[in-house]
Amino acid sequence: MSAFDVAIDDGIAVITFDLPDQPVNVLSADARREFETLFSELKADERVRALVIISGKPGTFIAGADIEEFTALDSQDAAEALSRTGQDMVTRLAESSKPIVAAIHGTCLGGGLELALACHYRIATDHPKTQLGLPEVQLGLLPGAGGCQLLPRLIGARAALDMILAGRSVRATKALRLGLVDELVSPAILGSVASRAARRMADRRERRRRRRGVAGWLLDANPLGRQLVYRGARKQVLSKTGGHYPAPLAALDAVRTGLERGMRAGLIVEHKKFGELAVGDVSRKLVEIFFATTALKKDDGVSPGSAAAADVDLIGVVGSGFMGAAIAGTAVTKAQVEVRLKDTDVNRVAQGVGAARAILKRRYTRRRITKHEFARLDALLSGTAGYEGFGQADLIVEAVFEELDIKRKVLAEVETQVRDDAIFATNTSTIPITDIAAGAERPEHVLGMHFFSPVEKMPLLEVIPGAATSPRAVATAVAFGKRMGKTVIVVRDRPGFWVNRLLAPYLNEAGHLLVEGTPIDAIDRAMTRFGFPVGPLTLLDEVGLDVAQKGGQVMREAYGERLDPPGVIDALLADKRQGRKSGGGFYAYRKGRKHHPDDAVYRLLGIRPAEAISPETIEQRLVYLLLNEAAMAMDEDVVRSARDGDMGAIFGFGFPPFRGGPLRLIDDLGANRVVDMLRGLESAFGPRFAPAPGLVGMAESGDRFYRDRE
Amino acid sequence: MPTAPNGRRVAVINGLRTPFAKAGTLLRNVPPVDLARHVARELLYRTELRGKEVDEVIFGQVVPSVLTPNVAREVSLLPQFPRTVPAFSLNRACASAAQAVTAGYDQIVLGHADVVVAGGVESLSQVPILHSRRFSEILVSASKARSFAARLGAVLKTRPRDLIPITPAIAEPSTGESMGQSAEKMAKENGISREAQDQYALMSHQRAAAATADGRLTAEIVPWFREDSGGDVIATDNGIRPDTSLEALADLRPVFDRRYGSVTAGNSSPLTDGASAVVLMAEETAAALGYTPGTFIRSYAVSAVDPGWQLLMGPVFAVPQALDRAGIGWQDVDVFEIHEAFAAQVLSNEQAWGSREWAQRLGRTAPVGRVDWDKTNLAGGSIAIGHPFGATGARLVTTLTNTMIERDAQFGLISICAQGGMGFAMVLERR
Repeated sequence: MSAFDVAIDDGIAVITFDLPDQPVNVLSADARREFETLFSELKADERVRALVIISGKPGTFIAGADIEEFTALDSQDAAEALSRTGQDMVTRLAESSKPIVAAIHGTCLGGGLELALACHYRIATDHPKTQLGLPEVQLGLLPGAGGCQLLPRLIGARAALDMILAGRSVRATKALRLGLVDELVSPAILGSVASRAARRMADRRERRRRRRGVAGWLLDANPLGRQLVYRGARKQVLSKTGGHYPAPLAALDAVRTGLERGMRAGLIVEHKKFGELAVGDVSRKLVEIFFATTALKKDDGVSPGSAAAADVDLIGVVGSGFMGAAIAGTAVTKAQVEVRLKDTDVNRVAQGVGAARAILKRRYTRRRITKHEFARLDALLSGTAGYEGFGQADLIVEAVFEELDIKRKVLAEVETQVRDDAIFATNTSTIPITDIAAGAERPEHVLGMHFFSPVEKMPLLEVIPGAATSPRAVATAVAFGKRMGKTVIVVRDRPGFWVNRLLAPYLNEAGHLLVEGTPIDAIDRAMTRFGFPVGPLTLLDEVGLDVAQKGGQVMREAYGERLDPPGVIDALLADKRQGRKSGGGFYAYRKGRKHHPDDAVYRLLGIRPAEAISPETIEQRLVYLLLNEAAMAMDEDVVRSARDGDMGAIFGFGFPPFRGGPLRLIDDLGANRVVDMLRGLESAFGPRFAPAPGLVGMAESGDRFYRDRE
Repeated sequence: MPTAPNGRRVAVINGLRTPFAKAGTLLRNVPPVDLARHVARELLYRTELRGKEVDEVIFGQVVPSVLTPNVAREVSLLPQFPRTVPAFSLNRACASAAQAVTAGYDQIVLGHADVVVAGGVESLSQVPILHSRRFSEILVSASKARSFAARLGAVLKTRPRDLIPITPAIAEPSTGESMGQSAEKMAKENGISREAQDQYALMSHQRAAAATADGRLTAEIVPWFREDSGGDVIATDNGIRPDTSLEALADLRPVFDRRYGSVTAGNSSPLTDGASAVVLMAEETAAALGYTPGTFIRSYAVSAVDPGWQLLMGPVFAVPQALDRAGIGWQDVDVFEIHEAFAAQVLSNEQAWGSREWAQRLGRTAPVGRVDWDKTNLAGGSIAIGHPFGATGARLVTTLTNTMIERDAQFGLISICAQGGMGFAMVLERR
């Protein structure tokens, strides 16, 4: 079956791209070949004076390249060749004497945008689904089909680098402002306007016009200004990636070479770098994560066919404190459901509604939504000191104080107010779901939804079935979590679940290192160097030491001596240091921003900081303990798969994505090496480093967490 | 006419209102459409009613915003409703929300609807203020001008006095008489003393204060969360003065006739912001959806008199008509809610209902009835609670329904005087 359909009318050939049996258009090798053949024919066809490229899919123009093809690239040469093929294609389009118009509705990403860039005129629809971008760096790659050359030539170095280096898409209105598209039209007339434009251009009545502001002229149009742009971009990339990600710098190089030394030189850098990146480890990891994320989006959290998610139109949120309000605000903003935020005191409700609304309002002030969308979404949110409206609720999220008796009481109360089929999710990080559900009248509807703070920003959600939870409840919570924009993993009801389980020994060990005299910033720096966004002590300050203390105690009780907290947090709390929220923790804060490691902490702990322990040792002690705990949790089936475990670690606490996740890292290092390292650490620092039995078993058998590869 | 000819009965299921706030105070920054949407949304939740069950939304508003002239449609475009619920707004002056309720009743009786949300809203803090006619013309011609010079030329025609804005007055367009002047005239012509008016106002405040304290009034109020002051909660009406006294009221100077007058700010209803709404259902729909009706609407009547005469005497005509239509007499009514525009108006209405002379004018053999204040306005009235023109009617339906449930009263009566010389009356029944 053909992916392209051509209709020639009055000299205009309209090419409609509609990949058979696929939800979206991607430029697979087959599609590319077919397009090239077609293009050559039309070029030679005397009836054809101009071409229009349009998509037959409802919500995509072209979503990009076929990423599966990247994983099949077995050598740098092959990858380079792939890039060159793309470059040749866009060059032929760009050099065509017959004008080509791209009619863009829906996502236009990666190779799709590169194709559009090669056209001579771009028309986009003023529709929220229309997004244009070059997201390649997010997969550890660069736009390898001429994107690094064409985009800066069209919209200037500054704007092009903004888009390429962060892999960020822009919406249609922004694209018009940037000059990325030439006009915006309603989807209903896209095709006819595109044909008209093609005809006009064939008649040579149309001249492209370019506008540049003063800043554009100063920065983009002269070599000196561009140097400033390159330097700024480089600095920003390094501060964002910590030097762990080669792709943005490679893309910068390709853009720069192209602009300063000509298109031809730029294209060579572009495909050479593409070749290096595509077979590099970072890109391989990022592509794997992309596939895992895609797979998780399709995973409904229960065994296939066991239950369907219930419709959720209205949720009740009990507890309008910090977490409850953020859950309510995120539910309104992302899932766009009705939310009733409930607390016992009407003043607390008002506070909570205000905080929830602030989350939505931020999207409006950042122009992510219009005034009218804001008004509509805002009206979804309401608060009450009673249970009015709960009788209609499909899902209740309880986010009250972390205390078993209180949570049970709330559950019992809610059960008298809601429909018999309403699902009750408790947001807890430390209390077993089965305990909370123990007194429930309908425990099959009770489960855990562990949100991470700040809810509106943290991408992960842990869904925890209790002993009696029905698959329907799980499927509903998973589906709703996805609607809230979360990556959702289903986790067993074991203390700490997955994320806090892995963090417990890691955070403890940071305390041990501190007690031994390691400076606060040395500990954190070792971990940011490893690739974490923040170090463990900064993380503790963010989470709040009171919260961390409580969690630590629960973990100690559940798992015994190896998770004995080193007492650092107790000492800081005794000094009224709760972390950032109280203005001081391990660090001193000025105006809410981390300022410097607080020397008072050393005095408090009676230590003299000295860089006696090497950064390598710091890294080993922290990381291997975390890996070991992950292996132990895998022994207990805390997550359903290594994929879920790695996604949880990456999205839950920022485990470095380019390392693929803790389980992937164990596989990469080899279980035997991990066990050896742990044994060494055990003999030096004590039994808390004793390797997990399962890990030892894997070391002996040569088994891996990911059995499907290599 | 105890029930409609086709046997359809209409139940009042539930009612709710925002706190009523004196204009220019707590709710001054809230557009009326937001008040209306807030009360309707909360009413749905408190009734545990999904918007998809609602067939029509009707709201009253006396001074509509130029930007949202059909406030009811903005209500039915709340995300809690499907977008397919039709809605209209109406104006029966101070009886607008009551008219919205009976319009809903009509729709249900006709079989055009089974469930209606009816209410009203007013913001007297946010009345539209108009440009002068001449300035409007200048603006229009400037906007049509094709060149900058022409635009400038149009604008340069402006004279300082063109810039004086026009504020809507609470005055009769047909007579130019303000509402207060009308009340003043009624006080004089009917011999209502200053002391009687102040005494009446005192009762209104004391009763409203008591009903707020014991929760009868707060039960019908959905709190408003102020966004403009860091989430303060308004849960009660701010016009009620629990500590006022006859002396304090007597100290106030008459507003409309400074020398010989008796109508003061203390014995009049204040300009007020607020919204109210009720859920109406056909009796069988209520049964099918599992609702217990609070009351049923038994009858209603509207009248009008010459605005140049005594403007607020309309209820004298409407009440006996509604009672006749209900097939009951004044003595059968257990609870009354009389809208208090002015103490002078309430007392004038009372006088007329009780008088033989008036009975003759109404063509009746006996007076309509004698007001028993132990059955009337038990939670105070508009003088204390406030009077957002478009919203008062649904407040009265709500309060009366709640009182009738509380007292298990069979019949209740609402009386409302309205601008333009109109009067409105409605009879509710419990069973």
